[in-house]
Amino acid sequence: MLTRFFSASAAAVLALGVVATAPALADDDRFIIVQSTTSTQNSGLLDAILPQFKDKSGIEVRVVAVGTGQALKNARNGDGDVLLVHAKPAEEKFVADGFGVKRSDVMYNDFVIIGPKSDPAGIKGLSDAPLALRKIADSKAPFASRGDDSGTHKKERALWKMAEVDIGEASGSWYRETGSGMGATLNAAAGMGAYTMSDRATWIAFKNKGELAILTEGDDRLFNQYGVILVNPEKHAAVKKDDGQAFIDWLIGAEGQKAIAAYQVDGQQLFFPNATKETN
Amino acid sequence: MGIHFRKSRGIMQDFAHSFSLAFQLLWRFDPALGEIVFLSLRVTFAAVLIACVIGLPIGAALAILRFPGRGLFVVLFNTLMGLPPVVVGLLVYMLLSNAGPLGVLQLLYTPGAMIIAQAVLVTPIIVALTQQVLSDLNAEYADTFRSMVVPWHKAAVTLLWDARYALLTVVLAGFGRAIAEVGAVIIVGGNINHVTRVMTTAIALETSKGDLALALALGLVLLMIALAVNAAVMAVRASARRMAYA
Repeated sequence: MLTRFFSASAAAVLALGVVATAPALADDDRFIIVQSTTSTQNSGLLDAILPQFKDKSGIEVRVVAVGTGQALKNARNGDGDVLLVHAKPAEEKFVADGFGVKRSDVMYNDFVIIGPKSDPAGIKGLSDAPLALRKIADSKAPFASRGDDSGTHKKERALWKMAEVDIGEASGSWYRETGSGMGATLNAAAGMGAYTMSDRATWIAFKNKGELAILTEGDDRLFNQYGVILVNPEKHAAVKKDDGQAFIDWLIGAEGQKAIAAYQVDGQQLFFPNATKETN
Repeated sequence: MGIHFRKSRGIMQDFAHSFSLAFQLLWRFDPALGEIVFLSLRVTFAAVLIACVIGLPIGAALAILRFPGRGLFVVLFNTLMGLPPVVVGLLVYMLLSNAGPLGVLQLLYTPGAMIIAQAVLVTPIIVALTQQVLSDLNAEYADTFRSMVVPWHKAAVTLLWDARYALLTVVLAGFGRAIAEVGAVIIVGGNINHVTRVMTTAIALETSKGDLALALALGLVLLMIALAVNAAVMAVRASARRMAYA
């Protein structure tokens, strides 16, 4: 009797396991994988526009949101069909190295320098980003850097270079590399009252602003361009060339561009479409 | 999650708020949350099942058999209990990547990949703890086994059966490890909405969005699910015991 009870429950557990695993292994949906950056996901943009593409094409877009550096690396390994990131020089190198087919501009916004409202470095109202960074360095006020080779981190390092500040030397003292995504870095900055640099979209959608505010903005050098690339099917046979291209065509076409422009958080437009037909 | 609240709060308000938010999420049975909870349980149950199928026999063999290098294996499995999830995630990613040896399986960024990663994490726990539990029992039974000339695999079945209640705790230890980890599943699953998003990766995502109250509320929900699973297993165990001694 007892044995029967236990074999019955063992069989039930086994059956449950098989039922639970089976749908995980068989997946016939039509989908593509897009390696993208955290800013497009955390800002809510992709959640807003991807259903529109799915309604039209029947193709589900599965987004892996990581830093641009990791997205490029994953795409290099063929783990994704499309790249949607924001580090133009690295993207152009990706295509030049043969890992991507072609790069197209999609949209832009800008970076902003954020800091505590008390502003110990006195950068509020500046529109010269390297000057603001130099003032932060001079005051030795804490600065939280992504430190993760993301698009934002690449941009930030370029700006430090323009400011002629040696951040390598300051790392560990006032210059703090979190090695994390934008959200985690903003959380860290809020926690220690540090300055940091963020893309505007992530900042606007971020909910734990605490005592932080935008202090420096409006410098042309803070421009933030997003690009889209089809991963080269000649390098990786598993790349879904046609469905991936269909997504790119939609994104840089009239409908996708309109959807991007229409997305707002708190009445503010986060991304500005700027695809051109003759893409480079 | 479909629930939005006023924007700016202090840390302490966040803390208090997360409790009421957690209860609201459970009370309304938010469908987005339901999907994430179901996937968490599905992935972890499958991983623990696989880990048991592999780990229980190995643990039993290590408890019964005496062979050169056995001590080394025991130390090895004990060490592997401390495997960092992010390292397991990285290894499984490198295996399943299109550039890796098992890329043809097309498992990366699916629940299948998450199940594999968690099974790798949990198996050493099942092996090491099973070996420990059965070694103690084997010491008691050794004379009987020897006098009756029982082959080792039959002895293993006897030990596993007689230690079944203690082994439930072993399985629960594995379950707790798997359901709570984020490092491995976020790398091999990719935290894709509606496909590979589980409780822990959703918590990581909400934290990165700065929605600390929602993140903590999800953590509380996860804790309550773990509580329910543990309570259910303990209830089964208690009633089975009553039947056994009735």
